[in-house]
Amino acid sequence: MTEPVLETRGITKRFGALTASEDVSLDLKAGEIHAIIGPNGAGKSTLIQQICGLLHPDAGQVRLGGADVTRMAAAARARAGLGRTFQVSQLAMEDTVLQNVVLGALGAVGRPWRFFGAALRDAELRDRAEAALAQVGLCDVAAMRCADLSHGQRRQLEVAVALSLSPRAFVMDEPMAGLGAEGSKRMTGFLSELRGTAPILLVEHDMDAVFALADRISVLVYGRIIATGTVAEIRADRAVRDAYLGEEA
Amino acid sequence: MIGGMSREGWINLAVLAGLLVVPLWALWADEPFTITLATRVVILALAAVGLNIALGLGGLVSLGHAVFFGIGGYAMGILAHHAQTYTSVMEWPLLIEGTKSMPVVWLVAVVASALAALVIGVLSLRTSGVYFIMITLAFGQMFFYFAISWSAYGGEDGLSIYVRNGFPGLNTLVPIQFFGLCFAILCAVLWLTARLMRSPFGLALNAARQVPVRVETVGLNPVRLKLVAFVISGAITGLAGALFADLNRFVSPTMFSWQFSGEIIILVILGGVGRLFGPVVGAAVFVVLEHWLGGLTEFWLIWLGVILLLIVLFARGGIVGMLAGRSVAHD
Repeated sequence: MTEPVLETRGITKRFGALTASEDVSLDLKAGEIHAIIGPNGAGKSTLIQQICGLLHPDAGQVRLGGADVTRMAAAARARAGLGRTFQVSQLAMEDTVLQNVVLGALGAVGRPWRFFGAALRDAELRDRAEAALAQVGLCDVAAMRCADLSHGQRRQLEVAVALSLSPRAFVMDEPMAGLGAEGSKRMTGFLSELRGTAPILLVEHDMDAVFALADRISVLVYGRIIATGTVAEIRADRAVRDAYLGEEA
Repeated sequence: MIGGMSREGWINLAVLAGLLVVPLWALWADEPFTITLATRVVILALAAVGLNIALGLGGLVSLGHAVFFGIGGYAMGILAHHAQTYTSVMEWPLLIEGTKSMPVVWLVAVVASALAALVIGVLSLRTSGVYFIMITLAFGQMFFYFAISWSAYGGEDGLSIYVRNGFPGLNTLVPIQFFGLCFAILCAVLWLTARLMRSPFGLALNAARQVPVRVETVGLNPVRLKLVAFVISGAITGLAGALFADLNRFVSPTMFSWQFSGEIIILVILGGVGRLFGPVVGAAVFVVLEHWLGGLTEFWLIWLGVILLLIVLFARGGIVGMLAGRSVAHD
């Protein structure tokens, strides 16, 4: 039995009387896409924040590659191999596409304390960045300012930055957000291949994408996981249908 | 390099040439006061180039940069004061003598202001936005009132230094030679700053200003990046302070005043926030306005205010941004 790449064990987080995460245990295995779905306010974002280290759980553990990272800050978790994308693109809008990805490469290489040589002429940084851009298909717009990109291109760039880290696991917060039907379809195809590079913990509202992509699905309702299973199992689960899927499924 | 130079590159070169030609003309026309004015431009530009690293690249609105300017000034003042009175700065635990040597004074000014920036930065960077502005302002006021009450070094009256400090091989009392020295330092710092802006550190800092959360999620520490920028920034402004004290042969608590902190922010905004030559253009325009408008009306600051307002409202890139368009990435 192989160790999961990313795992939470009994994560609990309370904000006053509100329990945002209650005893959440889930794992992400090599080569899979594990989707987390749930209605608005189910605590998906809070869970992601805890996995990535921007929030710290009151109880429970986050483990990455078999090591306990619960006490690590976000930057340390990124260095340990967690590649994250945001629901709302977090990109340096004044900078070019290439500069944004080189930032990721710089984080991966871990040597930001260099004050003289040009960052974009550093072969190691540049190779990493260009490989990531090639993989998401943004090479043509590498010199464009991020502010001039289309929404869809920004979503791709968001993935490219995470990719440039060569992470052990991806955590993606609604990568389809705001994409049209065409864009969603392309992103779905891309993510499907990406799971071979590193497994993906995917939070997504777009059910078509989730059902097309996920190897396993966990359903989060009021901060608790009410079911985990394959697409077929989740579609057939009565509790899930009552709580969430309703007429859709 | 020259062949592929951008419009901003040409503008920068023209500014540098202008800054060199004016005092040379003044030398030929025997107008020593103009040389002094040009030296003032160069030194204020240097102070603002320092601030621009914190403000323009790091996004840190420091209303306390006069602290570093003042520390540089007092480093010069104290060392020169002891040298001219033949006393030692301290005798225990180790003997430190005064000095009239510029390189030594500069070193002390840079190290002292960098250390101050480190301490102030560590404390101030726990906050951001308005609180950061207020904390840096508070530090500025602390140093200002300390200087006023420090009677050993002239208190409110400051310190007069009778003879300008020396530099090996130069007669610094000759205005054009002192100008040349300051100009060379400004050029060196601009060159280093240009390198820094394109370096991995510059790239990360630039991103830390725009999207700190992204910088964190690629494994870098945005606060630490900003702290290092703040220290570099303080050290450069401190060096400018030492030169400014030597230009006037006088230091006083006004070097620590919050008005001065505001003034160099104005220089940066006027010329172009985050642009390499923004502070240089800002300083030149400021000194020219101060001199000409100041001769016409004592209310010249009102007109400066109007110009600043127009720039903030209509030309966010400052004068350099207006002339060169938006900044472009270098490869």
